[in-house]
Amino acid sequence: MSVLVDEDTRVVVQGITGGEGEFHAGEMIEYGTDVVAGAVPGRGGEAVHGVPVYDTVSEAAREEDADASVVLVPPAFAADALFEALDSPLELVVAITEGIPTQDMSRVHKRLSEVDTRLVGPNCPGLITPGEAKLGILPGNIFSAGNVGLVSRSGTLTYQVVDNLTDRGLGQSTAIGIGGDPIIGTDFVDALGLFEADPATDAVVMCGEIGGEDEEEAAAFIGSEMTTPVVGFIAGRTAPPGKRMGHAGAIVSGSGTGTAESKIAALDDAGVSVGDTPEEVAAAVEELL
Amino acid sequence: MKLHEYQAKELFAEAGLATPDAALAESVEDALSTAESVGYPVAIKAQVQVGGRGKAGGIEIAENDREAREAADAILGMDLKGYRVDRVLVEAAVDFTNELYVGVTMDRGEGRPVAMVSSKGGVDIESVAAESPGAIAREHVDPAFGIHPYQARRAVYGAGVDRDVAGDVAGVLTTLYDLWEERDAADAEINPLMVTDDEGVVAADAVLNIDDDALFRHPDLAGMEEASYGDDLERTAGEYGFDYVRLEGNVGIIGNGAGLVMTTLDLVDHYGGEPANFLDIGGGAKAERVANALDVVFSDSNVDAVVFNIFGGITRGDEVARGINDALGAFEELPNPVVVRLAGTNAVEGMEILDTEKIDVEETLEGAVQRAVELAGSSGGGADSGGETANGGESR
Repeated sequence: MSVLVDEDTRVVVQGITGGEGEFHAGEMIEYGTDVVAGAVPGRGGEAVHGVPVYDTVSEAAREEDADASVVLVPPAFAADALFEALDSPLELVVAITEGIPTQDMSRVHKRLSEVDTRLVGPNCPGLITPGEAKLGILPGNIFSAGNVGLVSRSGTLTYQVVDNLTDRGLGQSTAIGIGGDPIIGTDFVDALGLFEADPATDAVVMCGEIGGEDEEEAAAFIGSEMTTPVVGFIAGRTAPPGKRMGHAGAIVSGSGTGTAESKIAALDDAGVSVGDTPEEVAAAVEELL
Repeated sequence: MKLHEYQAKELFAEAGLATPDAALAESVEDALSTAESVGYPVAIKAQVQVGGRGKAGGIEIAENDREAREAADAILGMDLKGYRVDRVLVEAAVDFTNELYVGVTMDRGEGRPVAMVSSKGGVDIESVAAESPGAIAREHVDPAFGIHPYQARRAVYGAGVDRDVAGDVAGVLTTLYDLWEERDAADAEINPLMVTDDEGVVAADAVLNIDDDALFRHPDLAGMEEASYGDDLERTAGEYGFDYVRLEGNVGIIGNGAGLVMTTLDLVDHYGGEPANFLDIGGGAKAERVANALDVVFSDSNVDAVVFNIFGGITRGDEVARGINDALGAFEELPNPVVVRLAGTNAVEGMEILDTEKIDVEETLEGAVQRAVELAGSSGGGADSGGETANGGESR
């Protein structure tokens, strides 16, 4: 069991003929993901890694009975690709693209509220159910199957924590990278709700970072709605106010919102054990299980 | 990307917003002739991109030549919160009866733009928001439609703006929203929007920050970018294409991925050290990028030791190791000790290839950070010891 993706997930790769698209489609297939189609305007009829390419996402989804897409389209065209995916009969859209203009994402965000499709990302590594499927660019070899759910705003930090977990023999049910942008689809609360409902997830690791108030909202949700134990980590304790720490979303505003202190305090209040180091996070999970 | 006040005002004026008569000056003589032509009294304003310029002495009002000379002389060349003032905006001082605030930004929690009006302008709006949140009227805007005129009116009446100028202020808010949208701005602000004797409104200050990710479709705005870094290192790092933030400690940090680099900074602090910087080298780590990153960190005279932490996802550890070796090959002796930790794809192969003559190698993130903190501590510390040659050859 797992959340969002498993061995039956049928995937369309948007942008499969581009450098990134072709490479990562190959990696996904090698991992065992059922990549059934590509979608690239003007390239219908071609094939990449033996996978048929269609001109439109609708056609790809219909012809190949797909239920998810992975968007590996350059930022200038990404919003249009997302609108197209949201206008197709897909259940899940995973946007890897980094650097989508914020106002574009605001319009996509509004469209999301009108459809049933779930968006993960953008600016995220994707998600993986170890041993079954990965949708995105995560390095499959560091993951192992198990009962720990993981949700994170950052790619390489996810890998670090997974490494610490795997070292202790703690496998993962599903790991979800929700992305480091100010406006994203699936947020912490959504992901935590999915793990709470998943019988195969016995503990959840949540890796947050400075900026915004998503972690505070997640803490409130954990406190009131969750029985599955959660271990937390917050990056950016030493970040100075007003400086963007790489991610567009990772900034402590001048007025003091979005600080690590406020997020850690909120998680503490919700009974979440917050590790000072990734190693402490893994140790806390081991203790829980 | 932050525009200077004078640039933002040009764009505001182009959009039809009233701004004071003004011109840019780079010398005291320039400032005086400009003051003459716009007419006294004038405001002389430092053009640097920091908040609170007024309090810091970067804005002065001059009633005559003598005062203008004094003010321009004091402001030009001054250090304003770490930024050198090379230019001043000399503009006609506005005779006002009231000061308002008008702004548009993205509410990230809501995922929607928000337009704001307050009758408490001319002061730091964040403290108004903290102390009397009711004094700011907010309207969330449908990003697919734009601001409705009724929303602008509702905000203006909600903020308690004087009825005589309410229509004008609503017009300003609508224009500002349209400008914000058209220019892909992150923030657009007028603070203060001055109400004049004759019931007009004038944008006495202007903030326009553009979303960096949208600059590709605004070549005209991208062309207005003026290097405005706090120091040379930030400029150099920016030119190399790194996400870099300079801090005040002595442990230099290079890593990949924003979250992991932030975590590395936090661990340095956790183990009793002080981070010197945030540097995200990004995807891949070819020799040139590694060399550039080392160049930035070694150039920081505060740095006494460096931790280099790469978690290879799609990037392979052996490629990174070759990049590090090539980059280190250029140094006879490293200016500071470097601790390297590689993890992820092909990390084991990478660790075996690493040239441990010059660097320390650690297997875990925690171990690498602790070692770097130790080396930084034993180098004698202090802000001026960066030139010392430390022995980086004690590898395990």
